[in-house]
Amino acid sequence: MSTTEAIEPVDVAIGVNGERYKRAIEPRMLLVQFLREELKLTGTHIGCDTTYCGACTVLLNGKPVKSCTVLAVQADQAQVMTVEGLEQDGELHPLQAAFSEHHGLQCGYCTPGMLMSSFALLTANPKPKQKEIRNAIAGNLCRCTGYHNIFIAIDAAAKDMRGS
Amino acid sequence: MSWVGKSPRRKEDNRLVRGRGLFTDDDQTPGMLHMYVLRSPYAHANILSIDVSAAEAYPGVVCTLTGKEVAEQCDPYMQLAPGKAAGILDYSIAVDRARHQGEPVAAVFAETPAIAMDAGELIEVDYEMLDPVLSGEQGLEDKEIVHEAAGTNLVWQDVYEYGDVDKAFDEAAHIVKIDRLHFHRFSSTPLEGNACVAEWTRQGTIEFFCNNSFAGFAQQLLSPALRVGSEQIRIRTHDIGGSFGNKIWNYIYMTIAALGSRKAGGRKVKWSEIRNENLLASGHGNERTFLDTEVALDQDGVMTALRSRHIDDCGAYPRYEPLGCVIWSQVIPACYQLRNIRIDFSQAVTNKCPAVPNRGYSRMQHLWFMERVIDICGHELGIPADEIRLRNYIRDFPYETPNGCVYDSGNYPAMLEMAQELIGWDAWKAKQAEARDEGRLLGIGIGTTLDSGTNNFGQAQIINPHLPFSGNSEVCNIQLDLDGAVVVSLGTGPSGQGHETATSQVVADELGIEPDMVHVRTGFDGSWNAFVGHSGTYASQFAVTGLTAVHGACQKLKAQMRRLAAVLLEASEDELEFGVGDEGPELRVKGTDRAVNYWYLSNIVNSNNAVLSDDLGDVTLNVRNVYRPPFEVPDTERKFGNLTLTYASQLHIAVIEVDRQTGHAKILDYAAVDDCGKAINPQIVAGQVHGATGHGIGAAIMETFQYDEIGNLLTSTFSDYVPITALNMPDVKYGHIETPSPFSFNGAKGMGEGGGAPLHTVSAAMQDALFGEGIIIQDSHHSPPAVFEVMREGNREQVVTVENR
Repeated sequence: MSTTEAIEPVDVAIGVNGERYKRAIEPRMLLVQFLREELKLTGTHIGCDTTYCGACTVLLNGKPVKSCTVLAVQADQAQVMTVEGLEQDGELHPLQAAFSEHHGLQCGYCTPGMLMSSFALLTANPKPKQKEIRNAIAGNLCRCTGYHNIFIAIDAAAKDMRGS
Repeated sequence: MSWVGKSPRRKEDNRLVRGRGLFTDDDQTPGMLHMYVLRSPYAHANILSIDVSAAEAYPGVVCTLTGKEVAEQCDPYMQLAPGKAAGILDYSIAVDRARHQGEPVAAVFAETPAIAMDAGELIEVDYEMLDPVLSGEQGLEDKEIVHEAAGTNLVWQDVYEYGDVDKAFDEAAHIVKIDRLHFHRFSSTPLEGNACVAEWTRQGTIEFFCNNSFAGFAQQLLSPALRVGSEQIRIRTHDIGGSFGNKIWNYIYMTIAALGSRKAGGRKVKWSEIRNENLLASGHGNERTFLDTEVALDQDGVMTALRSRHIDDCGAYPRYEPLGCVIWSQVIPACYQLRNIRIDFSQAVTNKCPAVPNRGYSRMQHLWFMERVIDICGHELGIPADEIRLRNYIRDFPYETPNGCVYDSGNYPAMLEMAQELIGWDAWKAKQAEARDEGRLLGIGIGTTLDSGTNNFGQAQIINPHLPFSGNSEVCNIQLDLDGAVVVSLGTGPSGQGHETATSQVVADELGIEPDMVHVRTGFDGSWNAFVGHSGTYASQFAVTGLTAVHGACQKLKAQMRRLAAVLLEASEDELEFGVGDEGPELRVKGTDRAVNYWYLSNIVNSNNAVLSDDLGDVTLNVRNVYRPPFEVPDTERKFGNLTLTYASQLHIAVIEVDRQTGHAKILDYAAVDDCGKAINPQIVAGQVHGATGHGIGAAIMETFQYDEIGNLLTSTFSDYVPITALNMPDVKYGHIETPSPFSFNGAKGMGEGGGAPLHTVSAAMQDALFGEGIIIQDSHHSPPAVFEVMREGNREQVVTVENR
């Protein structure tokens, strides 16, 4: 049962895509809410609220997390990277380009989370095997593509990044 | 240079891969109110009292809404069913009785989503539990009545009969009787939940920003229910995170949000569904039971007649669903030459989540049934799975089915051959023989299916002759904007199908320009004057309805541009050609450098028109074109007529091994061959095939809406419902043939639903694996516990009887 007593806001300072944001927030605010509602970074989506679908995946200090089950206060003093941080100077990241080139997205709702999980994979493992690609996005649901073109896109991006 | 048939990068991707899409919940306008929906914890219960006082007193709450208020302020939604079921009272919030777990019982409107939810917990509802109705068969008994106002649970019943069924049975060489088959409940669960932002303005208009996927229909339901004129409602969509038919029905929540906005003095109200709500209450695919099936076959295993009784469970409210009582008959003989058919079809309400259209809607259930029928007959008569299909396939097109539907084109034997080649049929047959020698259960299954598209709404009159629906239509508006840009507006409101891209390909070809030079507006907007009552994305039809509207709009625009340019260039219209010059898109006099570009043409009409002569007064360079397919109203007495314009087809083959110890089914190999006529964008077509395959495989082996004996949904989170993941999805070997449709200008057929092919295919492979164990596959869901259970007992003797004469 909730309480009608005022909840003391908590000060946080969170780095997001290279910018540092200071806010006073409700302690129960989720990281995904912080990104979407406080910072208006709406590229990070919510699909299930129970850590199953991965639409909300962002990097927290370089590691992929599901931001619907991380409190914003847990990200205090941390560095967060979202889908909006992938492109550089208007140039698409090779993963973004490969997802488009190989039709690895249809409605695009899962795409930001897919991209962030894939980014984490390729950062740690520039030459992933098919099985490693599948494992890396096992926590990211896509309801449109049947995953087929996503596997191809990640593989293509890995090749592209190794070549460049 | 033709862009149709190629796969340029999708225009939609540029924003979506950058996280710059605009989905409904992305509207973060400050000052909006947020809506929380309180839902019934019970499947069936009287609502004795509701006390909202504590919620309304909670700081940050602006107002609440109950069913009683809704009933005062709204008319019930239009019912499609005739007879007693027409008396069903359907409101957006339960009035005095909750009819399924998760049904809205009250709503709270507050400054933040968290406050709304907190306050919702303070609402006190006094329930009196009632016995629930949990299957269509139980519903038809009418012991417990779901809707007292109707007095019966029967929504619709009638017999579809064609040919001379009894004579064919008298002359049959074999009669195969199948006691019972069952198609389970699941849904495609789009990753984005239902959502809307509603604003009942002080001027009396209602603005919706939402993710409804059939706006033309929603508008027709919302306006009478809210007691406002259609012109007072403006529906707008942008990016939609998947629909698969499911989002046709979120007008329920649009209604609640609009009423909340009005009660709150015209403040915007936002609502975003959470996943648990989505699984509980936002629409399930329909569940169907097939009883007392009898199949007559000749001595070669050719099916000559079929009689059966089908019961559809549409959940607590029929809503769109009475149409499911006829839509399956678009594919009544499936891919087979069967001419004598008698099917007694009924639909009942139950205390489960209302059924909604779901990818493959209504046809998929019937096609699964027909594939089970031919598959079981093949096994019982000892005819190989490919052989019995080849003996029964329709081969000459166009083909008129016994109920007057016209299959436009197809080549099922060629698809079978391609799929067998892709999967390595002979090699798998050899491996299967080896596996069987080792006692392993390996099965190879074929599923042939149809994806009928561009439906004739006249079939609604077979259900209820008084319904004011028939034909079909879609709109395209094309204009040269003030700066000469080519701007296209559609009525379709897509949800991931790439309409912006495909449209730009067609326009580019017609105008001799590049797709990048075509601006296709995103989403749907009632204020664009680019919609009709049929507008939406559903029923596999965009490549026909949408693109024919686009093509026609281009012809009209080009005619105006030619007339204008001929005057300006002092040339005859015949001398002109469309193309791209140094100053962008232009019309030029063939073989010369005399040209006018689009800016000049637009400027003359829109900003510099004193120079325009009177006889060009009707040239607006702003064209609205409506495409109407050539349909007639079916003969409702005989249930006869052309119900759909095109028939895309799919042929899948699966190889599955079943674990004896656990009942677990592992897919070892999978092939999918598709034929949707001319492919406008082959990459998008292949993407739709892969996606539909994922849905079907997920549904066949993982996903199910399972209720307990008192109507609690046991699979109400993704962790329980378990949508298919990257780990479960097999590699799919994809093939494509093209049999162009003679009924569309471009030879294309609508596609995308995929006809539920993997469900038929997985069931057939399971059958092939387990027939030797004395097992008949009766259910479309193959969870390990269910398979294990049937493997323990065996069921062939109870389920199937064969009479040989």
